[in-house]
Amino acid sequence: MSVSRTVILWALLSLLPLAAWGVIETYSFSSAELEARYHSLSQELRCPKCQNQNIADSNAPIARDLRVVLYEQLEAGASDDEILAFMVARYGEFVRYRPGLDRNTAVLWVSPALLLLAGALGLLWHLKGRRVSLPAALTAQEREKLERLMAQTSGEADP
Amino acid sequence: MLRAERFLPLLAFALLAGLLYKGLSIDPTALPAARLGQPFPPFLQKELISGDELTEQALLPGPALVNVWATWCYSCRVEHPFLLGLAERGVAIFGLNYKDDSVKARDWLVQLGNPYRLNIVDEDGALGLDLGVYGAPETYVIDEAGRIVHRHVGVLDASVFARDFQRWFPTDWVADGVSSAGEQR
Repeated sequence: MSVSRTVILWALLSLLPLAAWGVIETYSFSSAELEARYHSLSQELRCPKCQNQNIADSNAPIARDLRVVLYEQLEAGASDDEILAFMVARYGEFVRYRPGLDRNTAVLWVSPALLLLAGALGLLWHLKGRRVSLPAALTAQEREKLERLMAQTSGEADP
Repeated sequence: MLRAERFLPLLAFALLAGLLYKGLSIDPTALPAARLGQPFPPFLQKELISGDELTEQALLPGPALVNVWATWCYSCRVEHPFLLGLAERGVAIFGLNYKDDSVKARDWLVQLGNPYRLNIVDEDGALGLDLGVYGAPETYVIDEAGRIVHRHVGVLDASVFARDFQRWFPTDWVADGVSSAGEQR
């Protein structure tokens, strides 16, 4: 019936992923290469307002402005470096998800290597400690007892 | 017997706790202003009321405030009375009417009072983008030479002014504003 059809339609609609409605804008690029660069740069630039989104995902007005600037500069023939420099001059290294190495971002860049090194050292230390504490090999007496116990256990376990 | 290694986890915990504690007092939305120390970006925009062409020369000589505002911005309404008070006490305030409708903006100034010496119309936000504006209200301080020396994001009020702005406006009017009110009118 029509009622149940409506219900089903609504149920199906509710299954549509809302996230798919990110930002829908149309720019007509003069070449596919520019379009590819637009997509990669807009994902690499961070929205200054909604700070955990890139400008491609964000609906904030400032992100839209930056996309327009990005589009215009690409069409005007600017290089990636020039566009990034333009953005950084206005919004600081913050706008890049991969900021350049400077005094403020040094910790960001160096810490993964340091943490990896610390982890490796910790692992080495741990392994070394474990080898020292390994029990000595079994004596003949112990081995005999172990085999007896094993035989006993497997005998019980098997019907 | 206690070995030094036993204290490593404690040390690591203390370091992490210290780091996180410091993180509590950091405002993650505060962005460093990229334009600090640089001259105000050159522009050629209309004045809101007279319609005259303005350039960055109109802001000189400083020190002066450049306040980014819009009628769609609620916090701008909140800080407006404070700006009126500042203007009354002789602080030069220039408005940057950011992505706004000029008709509405003029109405706003008629209804709520006009603290601005001049208002730069920035309908498409291009000048705001050059400045590094990412919302309204924002307030910039420019020095005598027209360089940007401070930026405040959010509502400007007496405590923020006393803390961050006072040094460029070295008068005692904040302490006893009433005595010098209207002096420069």
